[in-house]
Amino acid sequence: MMKRILSTVAGFVVIGVANAPAQQPASSAPAGNAKTGQALFMKIGCYECHGNEGQGGAAGPRIGRSPMLAFRNFITYIRAPRGEMPPYSAKVIPEKDVADIYAYLASLPPAPAVESIPLLKPDR
Amino acid sequence: MAAKSKMERRKFLKGGMLAGAAAIAQPKAVMAQQSPSASEEAEVLITDSCGSDYMVDVIKSLGFEYVCANPGSSFRGMQESIINYGGNRNPEFITNCHEESSVAMAHGYFKIEGKPMAVLAHGTVGLQHASMAIYNAWCDRVPVYIMAGNYVDAAIRRPAEWYHGVQDCAGIVRDFTKWDDQPASLIHFGESAVRAYKIAMTPPMAPVLVVLDAGLQEGPNESRTKLSIPKLTVPAPPQGEAGAVNELARLLVAAENPVLVADRLARTTAAMPLLIELAETLQAAVIDQGGRMNFPSHHPLNQTQRAAAAVGEADLVVGLEVADFWATVNALRDQVHRSTRKLTKPGAKLATITSGDLYIKSNYQDFRRFAEVDLAIAADGEATLPALIEAVKRLATGDRQRVFQQRGAKLAEASRTTRERMRQAATYAWDANPVSTARVAAELWAVIKNEDWSLVSNYYSEAGIWPRRLWDFNKPYQWPGHAGGGGIGYGAPSSVGAALANKKYGRFSVSLQTDGDLMYAPGVLWTAAHHRIPLLSVMLNNRGYHQEIMHVQRMCNERNRGVDRGTMGSTLTDPHIDFAKIAQGMGLHAEGPITDPKDLGPALRRAAAAVKRGEPALVDIVTQAR
Repeated sequence: MMKRILSTVAGFVVIGVANAPAQQPASSAPAGNAKTGQALFMKIGCYECHGNEGQGGAAGPRIGRSPMLAFRNFITYIRAPRGEMPPYSAKVIPEKDVADIYAYLASLPPAPAVESIPLLKPDR
Repeated sequence: MAAKSKMERRKFLKGGMLAGAAAIAQPKAVMAQQSPSASEEAEVLITDSCGSDYMVDVIKSLGFEYVCANPGSSFRGMQESIINYGGNRNPEFITNCHEESSVAMAHGYFKIEGKPMAVLAHGTVGLQHASMAIYNAWCDRVPVYIMAGNYVDAAIRRPAEWYHGVQDCAGIVRDFTKWDDQPASLIHFGESAVRAYKIAMTPPMAPVLVVLDAGLQEGPNESRTKLSIPKLTVPAPPQGEAGAVNELARLLVAAENPVLVADRLARTTAAMPLLIELAETLQAAVIDQGGRMNFPSHHPLNQTQRAAAAVGEADLVVGLEVADFWATVNALRDQVHRSTRKLTKPGAKLATITSGDLYIKSNYQDFRRFAEVDLAIAADGEATLPALIEAVKRLATGDRQRVFQQRGAKLAEASRTTRERMRQAATYAWDANPVSTARVAAELWAVIKNEDWSLVSNYYSEAGIWPRRLWDFNKPYQWPGHAGGGGIGYGAPSSVGAALANKKYGRFSVSLQTDGDLMYAPGVLWTAAHHRIPLLSVMLNNRGYHQEIMHVQRMCNERNRGVDRGTMGSTLTDPHIDFAKIAQGMGLHAEGPITDPKDLGPALRRAAAAVKRGEPALVDIVTQAR
């Protein structure tokens, strides 16, 4: 029974963080505090898989800018992730905290252009 | 009779030592009172040949360059024979500070050199220390040649030899060694020593153990004629049955999207050119799972960085010595109620070639989940490739070759696009502090890419994905693979062992060294300094057992009772460990901790200069978690 419930939930949550189909204007997200969000990002373990700046790693995809996922999709995924990510319930992260984390990720500067980094020049 | 003579000899040594001391310090009358009783027989020193001399003759015949050991009295006879009778050459004695380091060094050495290193372990205690590293080698199908000292005869044991003695010395590691024996005579030793080597080197390869009875080592070689040394002939590895190989060739040629998955395929340096030939003949996708250095990272057919997509598109997946084929074509989701799903599309055919089908044990479960396949060839993958290539070439008609070329062009484009995406991904958090693991890989590549380099370890470093994404791996010795059994503490000693193998070729050895791993047995840094083993250890210091942090985090989430204490018990902070000081204390050039990415390049270049002078060096970088 529990398996069936889980698979139903997974069926609804079809938009993953890594392959978000569309961006949403930042104004549609609740107001959040980026500085508080940065502290929360570390405290509750988001950095463990996604990196301190949400750049992504072996265990989790990039969740920073480029592109920024719509807030509604962002929080839906956090509550009931489809992949390997563990779920974060409203009990352990209320929506306000999620908004702060979202604000932190949205505040990060864009990555430098790859062409501007000599160390990343392709080998000949 | 032999036991009696050994016991009497021991009595004499004790009495003789007392008598000698008395002669120097005491008057004759006292000497007379305290001299040995007439019943104690004077020992005749062994001046010609002893048991362990013959053992060294046998060991030399097997071609060992080195023997790693933490010294122990149960093999004191063997150690003396190695350094005096054997001249400390072939094998040369390498001093370790822990038996786990000895075995892991042998593990890393084999994966570069392609032949076993010998290890000496001290009876019960040394073998127990060694056991985790033996398990790693077992899981990784790597031959390590272990000799353990043991006083079998209770009548001759000194007090310490009782708790260092054991009835069944090999019992503790028998579940994860391929063969063991405890020879009772020198002739028996000769045969068992050669047999052990032969068994270890026959695929599937694995560690073996020969127990050296201390009495046999220390006593005289009483043979009236010169003992012969048995001839070693390593068997040709098993090839796949011809009919099955032809059937696999037929499947490969007929497939629209075949994928070749290689894991522990490259048993020798011959494997990479063979896999390239097979892949290019078919213009087939290749996924290199990294158990060995199987396929060039920048080859247009290399689809490793888009493995899931390649498997999902495949109508035929062929596993070549894949340790976990089930997980190659299935996924298991780590959640409260674990679920699985197939990664392949319906109707996709599955085939394997692996020596893992030839030999398996029960207790330890490293054989992984049972994989349902359409064709299983029980054979050595590398040895089977030549016949498979020939069979494919025979079947590849002009029409199929045109299909192959079109497929190859698509794969090359996918590979190029993926590499471009990886470069782009490395730009994120480029200037972050702590340093991003992508930045470490890029900075390090700039320092080593013009050297004849060998990345000897990045064990338990997910940052290890970055070298594979950014660096151009194209030589068999540039990557030796993983630990096998997942036992932390493998990275540092296996790196030193691999660097020792690279030394005579003048290669530049570099390791990505994690903090939790180094803390298991850091004494191996001293071994590297003492034996002048050049190795650049680049610390990916995330100040914790990060994988475990993630595991506990998952439990916190699943139990829904707070997610902000998940790091407790798994971090290495308060105080921060100063790895540069640790390394300096053991005689290495060392710098760090480095937190600003701008300091990284100069520090790496200074450390590389030390390595080029023939020294080990360490740069401690405080990095992001992964």
